Amino acid sequence: MSFPWANHYEPKHPLMKWVDERLPLPRLVYNAVGAGYPVPRNLNYFWNFGILSGLALVVQIVTGIVLAMHYAANGAIAFDSVEHIMRDVNQGWLLRYAHANGASMFFIVVYLHIFRGLYYGSYKAPREMVWLLGLVIFLLMMATAFMGYVLPWGQMSFWGAKVITGLFSAIPLVGPAIQEWLLGGFAPDDAALNRFFSLHYLLPFVIAGVIILHIWALHIPGSSNPTGVEVKGPQDTVPFHPYYTAKDGFGAGVFLIIFAILLFFAPNYLGHADNYIPANPLSTPAHIVPEWYFWPFYAILRAFTVDIFGIPAKLLGVIAMFGSIILLFFLPWLDNSPVRSGNYRPMFKMFFVLLCVDVVILGYCGGSPAEEPYVMISQIASAYYFAHFLIILPLLAKLETTLPLPNSITEAVLSGQSGATLSTNTNTAPSAPAH
Amino acid sequence: MATGEQAAAPHGEIIEDGVRRRDFINVAAVSVAGVGAAAALYPLINQMNPSADVLALASIDVDLSAIQEGQAIKTIFRKQPLFVRHLTAKEIAAADAVPLSELRDPQSLADRTKEGHKQWLITMGVCTHLGCVPLGAGEGESRGEFGGYFCPCHGSAYDTAARIRKGPAPTNLEVPEYEFRSDTVVTVGGGKA
Repeated sequence: MSFPWANHYEPKHPLMKWVDERLPLPRLVYNAVGAGYPVPRNLNYFWNFGILSGLALVVQIVTGIVLAMHYAANGAIAFDSVEHIMRDVNQGWLLRYAHANGASMFFIVVYLHIFRGLYYGSYKAPREMVWLLGLVIFLLMMATAFMGYVLPWGQMSFWGAKVITGLFSAIPLVGPAIQEWLLGGFAPDDAALNRFFSLHYLLPFVIAGVIILHIWALHIPGSSNPTGVEVKGPQDTVPFHPYYTAKDGFGAGVFLIIFAILLFFAPNYLGHADNYIPANPLSTPAHIVPEWYFWPFYAILRAFTVDIFGIPAKLLGVIAMFGSIILLFFLPWLDNSPVRSGNYRPMFKMFFVLLCVDVVILGYCGGSPAEEPYVMISQIASAYYFAHFLIILPLLAKLETTLPLPNSITEAVLSGQSGATLSTNTNTAPSAPAH
Repeated sequence: MATGEQAAAPHGEIIEDGVRRRDFINVAAVSVAGVGAAAALYPLINQMNPSADVLALASIDVDLSAIQEGQAIKTIFRKQPLFVRHLTAKEIAAADAVPLSELRDPQSLADRTKEGHKQWLITMGVCTHLGCVPLGAGEGESRGEFGGYFCPCHGSAYDTAARIRKGPAPTNLEVPEYEFRSDTVVTVGGGKA
């Protein structure tokens, strides 16, 4: 693991020496996120979002564990127990708002983390496994967030559970049986609520496990960097601690400030008012929408309105929605360009910006009612999303003329074109020293 | 390797065609363990299926005697709304007058009711689009432009046979499994319990 010039762990205190000989856990931490992990010297602030995702997970697990001490997963009292948390439990309002908004913060930093990877080509060899494990974490997060949203047993909880498990009923032949199996009944009820609570408690720990694999896989080749040029020697790296612990610490401060603003000044801004109405199976909210972080996928789901080749529109929507994520598992092989960083790929950079705009449009449509013009816009935006990965990226890899890469990270740093300051300035031939 | 073992054959193993007794025991033991693991998986998976108390409510009896002609009631079947509607002669005629070729999900009123009980239209009150509860069963609710049911969520309109006529829903309102116990009592559901 890591580079030959990495600092070695040398316990000074006799007690630490004694521990190290019996269980080298401090050594493991030292090599993973301490001074024993050499990291490229030119990482910019987009490299903060991995640690921030971890921080968000910790916030969710800590607030979640204490909320579970006051919550009751029973259809008759679940809604009341959440109100009990909000009104009666000491600081219960703070803990619940922190958990609900913490989920949004988690998704914000994870989306930035993912798009960082997309722009800088972090998914490319030899880091494919890091990318794949990251996608597994993302899928687990989505499942966890969905089940967590069901627990307050409000109108959106109930109808969200119905619509999402209803997706499985689109599968031919076995669909309805699968939906009944998932819910443990014919509509969401106690059985569903209890299993969702059980899994909502379990999955974050599974996520923590996969994160360990994610970091392990990352540490085999080491972190990528804004130039995408591999580390060539000790002059290209600095130890993770104290250089990036400090940089990540600053990022964590900014993260917490934004989190606090959301939490204390707009705790319901990202939620939906209908979820403060107790679940009622006989009355449907006029406009069923998931939480904002699912909107792009919801737009893809609803983009299919007509049957194609005899396949029902509903099933097509479900396939496309899952396909939009499954597709990302093939990304390392769809984008063959040997140049990693978008800084050196002028065409790619343009299409990357278009993709970002496209996803934002999808998100906007997913949060809007299923009517025109949003349906048509969703259809075009969905088509573009798939085209970006299946057509544009493979073609770019063949046709694009990339800019010359610096010979090393150090060379890029010394000529001020390392991307460390978020600059995408890559004027070729790094202003060769005058003489 | 084989010759070495043959020479030693310390445990009195009989070696024929290169297959040792130990290979057989290995395969057999792992197979038995595999079958055991699969058997242990069954209850773990099946526990998630609807439990006995949920299935016990899987069929209900509905008394039709109090429902006047032209009237409809909403009741609950499997935790979801069920519409029971007593069609008027005019509504039956309106449903029969529509050529099947005009329908998105072609079914005649006769297909959707029981023989001899054509005036009793029994359907789920769940819009086939995204699962909302359509209007039209309650007193004074809008029945939409086809006189049946109307879903306020995304504007699906159903006719007097609860067939989809306009809007995004793909299929007609679902007709659950049911049978007439007598002229005034129907049992809805049943297959499951």
